[in-house]
Amino acid sequence: MGHQDIKFYQTGTFTVGNRLLPPEQRSVQADMERTNSLNSGHRACQGCGEALGARYAIDAAMRATGNRLVAVNATGCLEVFSTPYPETSWQIPWIHSLFGNAAAVATGVAAANKVKARKAGLALPETRVIAQGGDGGTTDIGFGCLSGMFERNDDVLYICYDNQAYMNTGVQRSSATPPAARTATTMPVGDEPGNEWGQGKNVPLIAMAHGIPYVATASVSDLRDLEYKVTKAMNMRGARYIHIFVPCPLGWGSASQDTIKLARLAKETGLFPVFEAEYGEVTNVSKIRQKQPVEAYLRLQRRFAHLFGKKPRLDVVARFQEMADQNIRKFGLLGSDRAAVGFPGSEHK
Amino acid sequence: MNKPFAITLQVGSSLANKTGSWRTFRPVYVNRLPPCNNACPAGEDTQGWLFHAESGDYETAWRHLTEANPMPAVMGRVCYHPCEGACNRGKLDDAVGINSVERFLGDEAIKQGWAFSKPAASTGKRVLVVGAGPSGLSAAYQLRRMGHEVVIFEAGPAAGGMMRFGIPKYRLPREVLDAEVQRIVDMGVELRLETKVDNILETMKAEKFDAAFLAVGAHIAKRTAIPATESSRILDAVSVLRSMEGEETPMLGRRVVVYGGGNTAIDVARTAKRLGAEEAIIVYRRTRDKMPAHDFEVEEALQEGVMMRWLSTIKQVGDGGAIQVEKMVLDEAGRPVPTGEFDTLEADSVVLALGQDVDLGLLDGVPGLSFEDGVVQVGDNMMTAYPGIFAGGDMVPSDRTVTVGIGHGKHAARHIDAWLKGTTYDKPAKKEIATFDKLNPWYYTDADKTVRPMLDIIRRQSSFDEVQGGLDESNALFEARRCLSCGNCFECDNCYGVCPDNAVIKLGPGRKFEFNYDYCKGCGVCVEECPCGAIALEPESA
Repeated sequence: MGHQDIKFYQTGTFTVGNRLLPPEQRSVQADMERTNSLNSGHRACQGCGEALGARYAIDAAMRATGNRLVAVNATGCLEVFSTPYPETSWQIPWIHSLFGNAAAVATGVAAANKVKARKAGLALPETRVIAQGGDGGTTDIGFGCLSGMFERNDDVLYICYDNQAYMNTGVQRSSATPPAARTATTMPVGDEPGNEWGQGKNVPLIAMAHGIPYVATASVSDLRDLEYKVTKAMNMRGARYIHIFVPCPLGWGSASQDTIKLARLAKETGLFPVFEAEYGEVTNVSKIRQKQPVEAYLRLQRRFAHLFGKKPRLDVVARFQEMADQNIRKFGLLGSDRAAVGFPGSEHK
Repeated sequence: MNKPFAITLQVGSSLANKTGSWRTFRPVYVNRLPPCNNACPAGEDTQGWLFHAESGDYETAWRHLTEANPMPAVMGRVCYHPCEGACNRGKLDDAVGINSVERFLGDEAIKQGWAFSKPAASTGKRVLVVGAGPSGLSAAYQLRRMGHEVVIFEAGPAAGGMMRFGIPKYRLPREVLDAEVQRIVDMGVELRLETKVDNILETMKAEKFDAAFLAVGAHIAKRTAIPATESSRILDAVSVLRSMEGEETPMLGRRVVVYGGGNTAIDVARTAKRLGAEEAIIVYRRTRDKMPAHDFEVEEALQEGVMMRWLSTIKQVGDGGAIQVEKMVLDEAGRPVPTGEFDTLEADSVVLALGQDVDLGLLDGVPGLSFEDGVVQVGDNMMTAYPGIFAGGDMVPSDRTVTVGIGHGKHAARHIDAWLKGTTYDKPAKKEIATFDKLNPWYYTDADKTVRPMLDIIRRQSSFDEVQGGLDESNALFEARRCLSCGNCFECDNCYGVCPDNAVIKLGPGRKFEFNYDYCKGCGVCVEECPCGAIALEPESA
C-alpha cells in the first residue's frame, strides 16, 4: 500500500514513530504537538480501545483540516466517559444530542457550514464535520439517520468505533456482536451458547452499497493505516464512512494490556478485514502479515470462554475459522491475491 | 452568573480527574541487558554503539565501542562473535551482523584518522605491562585513559602478540593491526620492543613501577612423543606461523600433514596451501563436530581444498615422510579409542598443532604464586597472589581468544586502577537480561542479514589476500539498523502513541519519555506494545 512504502529495517512503519524517520514521514501520534483531542482524565476503563481509536482518528483529522473541525457524538461510552457534566476531555468543538441522531445532527452542522461559507463568499465551507459513535449508535439505533446521510451525500465523515456491543449500559448485544459471544443478553446457555449465528450486519459493506465516495475499515492495531485513511477521507468531500475496530477489555473480558494485540489478531486471523473502497468498489486491502488461527484471538477473551471449557466447542471454533477463511478469500487478504468476488453495490458508480 | 445557556456549573477540563488513582500496577522505563552485551567477553556495549551507528553517526558509535575495546578493526575480523550467537534477532531471521558492523567502524576510524583522546590529568603512577598482545594492549589503553603512565615491555620485534605471530594475514592484514596498535601508542603509551622481562620483581624495582600487568601469552608449542627418524621433518605450528612474519617463509614441501584439531591447525593447513602445498591434510583423533576449531573455519579450509583425516592419530614418522596413522573409534563418552588398524600417509613435513604452553620464567622468585595446568592463578580482580602483580590473557585460565584477552585487559585495568588508589573496584550489579520473550517482535520488519563478500577461491588458494571482505557504508547502515535494541529504548514513540490516556510525556529527540502518573491507569498497553522490552510493569505499593 502506498502509505507503507517506507521500508525501515528496524521497525518498518509499524511503530508509532521512529527517531530515524524524517519528521514529515512520522505519524500524527508521534508529534509532540498533536492535538490530544481526547485528553487525559477521561473515565474510560483501563486499556480502552475506543478512547485510543478516537484520539488517533480525531488527531489525524485535526491535522488534515488545519484544526478546522467539529465533532458530533452519538450517545455511548465515548460520550459518557469523555463528558461527565461539567467536565470535558475534548479539546475540539464537540456536540452531543441523542443516541440515534448523530448523522442527522452532523448533516445539520454541515448544512450550517455551507450557509456560512456562502454568506462569506467562499466556494466550500472551511470547517469540516465528523460524526462519531459506537456500534450501537451506528449499526442499530442511528442506522436510519446514517443511511439518509449517505444517500444525500452530505459532507460528513462518519466514524464508527466498533467494540461489538452496548458497553456503556452493561454489555448488551448489538447487531455488531459476533456470534457465540457472551453478553448480558446472550448468555452462554443451551445448545447454541452466546449470541446467535445470524447473518450479521456488515455496515462497511452496506455503506459501500450507497455508492458514497469513501468507505474504509481500520484498526487501533495499525495506526499508520488509520491515520492515512482519516487523512484521505478529510481530503475528500461528500459522505464518507470509516469503521474502526476497537477492543473493549470490560465487555470482552480481556486483559487491559491486550487491547492492541486483540485488534492485531482480529486482522491477522481474517476475522476483521481491513480495506478501503471508493464509490462502492474496493480499492485496497491490508494484507495479512503473519496469519493466525482464530483460536489465538478467541482464547484471550472471556466472552468466548465457554468455547474452551470442560466440553470444548471445537465445532463453533471451526465455524469462526470458516468465517475468517471466507473473508480471506473474499477480500484477497493473503499474498498478492485480488479480491475473488464482487462486492454488493460495486455496480453503482 | 456569567455562564453559557442552560449550564449551572462552570465548564471544566477532565484534567481535574486524576485517574492515576485507579492504578494497581505502574509502568516504569527500564534498561535491560541485551544478550549480545551479556555474551561479549570484552564487555562491549554492543547495543549501545549500534544505536549510534543506526543514525549514521559512526564516530560516536566508534567512540562508544572503543570504551571497551580499542581494536575494533582487528576484532571485526578475528573475533568469533559470541554476541551474534546470543542475538535475539536470530530467533526472527538471522542474527545482526554485529561483527561486520564493528569491522566497518574500525576501518572507518582508520580511514578517517580518528584518534583516542589523551588523558586529562596524570595520576603519577607507573604501570608496567609485559607483552603487547591483545590483553596487554587493552590493559595499556585502559590504564592510560585513566591517567596512569604505562610502559609495555614486548619480547618480540613487533607488537601484536598472537595477532601478528599466530593469526595469518589472510584473516588479519598487518596494516590494520599496525594502525590500531599505533593509535594506542599515540595516546602516550611507551612501547619497548625486543625487551624480554626475565625477572618481574627486579624489573619493577629497577624502573619504579607501582604495579604490573603480565600478559606474555602462550607461545611454547606442546610436543608429543612421536617416534621419528632423523630425516623426517617435524615442525610445530607456532614456529611455522611465526616464521611467516620473517623474511623467509617456512619450507613445508608439497605434501603437508598437520596434526591437531584446533583453530591453529586450520590456520597452518590453510597457510601451507597458500605457500604452494599441493596437499594439506589435517589429522585429528576425533570427529568434525568434536573439533575445537570453529566450524566456519573448518568449512573455509575445506573450500580451499584442505583435506581432513578424522579419527586418526599419528603413531610414527618414518624415513622419507612415511607417516603411520592409527584409526580410532569414539567410545560412548565420545573419547577416541585406538583400533589397532594402521594406514600410511606420505608427507614432506609434519606440523604439530597440539596447543601451547606459557613461558612462566619471568615469575621465578616471586613468592606465593600458585600455578595449575601450566598457567598462573589469579583472583576475580585478575591479581596474582603477589600484591600489585596482575595477569591476564593466555597465561591465566581462559578460553584463549583475542576477545577474551581484550576483556582481561580491560577488567584488570579497572582493578589495577582501584588497587593503585587503595580501593577496590566493585562490578556494577548485572541487569536483568532482555530475553526474546520480553520483546514484541511484531514491530520489526523482515530484513535478512547482509552477507560479507568472500575472496575468489582461486586467490584464496594462492595468495595471502584477506578472505572475508567488509561492508560498505550503505549496507553497514542497513545491518546496524537490523538491531532490535533489546531492553533499551530506541525512541520509536510506541508508548507515547498507544496510551489510551495520553499519560506518556514525550520529552523530545534524545530525551526519551516519562510517565504522567497523575493520569496513567496502569493498563499495561505500553508494556505489551513496547517492541524492545524497555518498560516493566510493577505492582503499586499499597
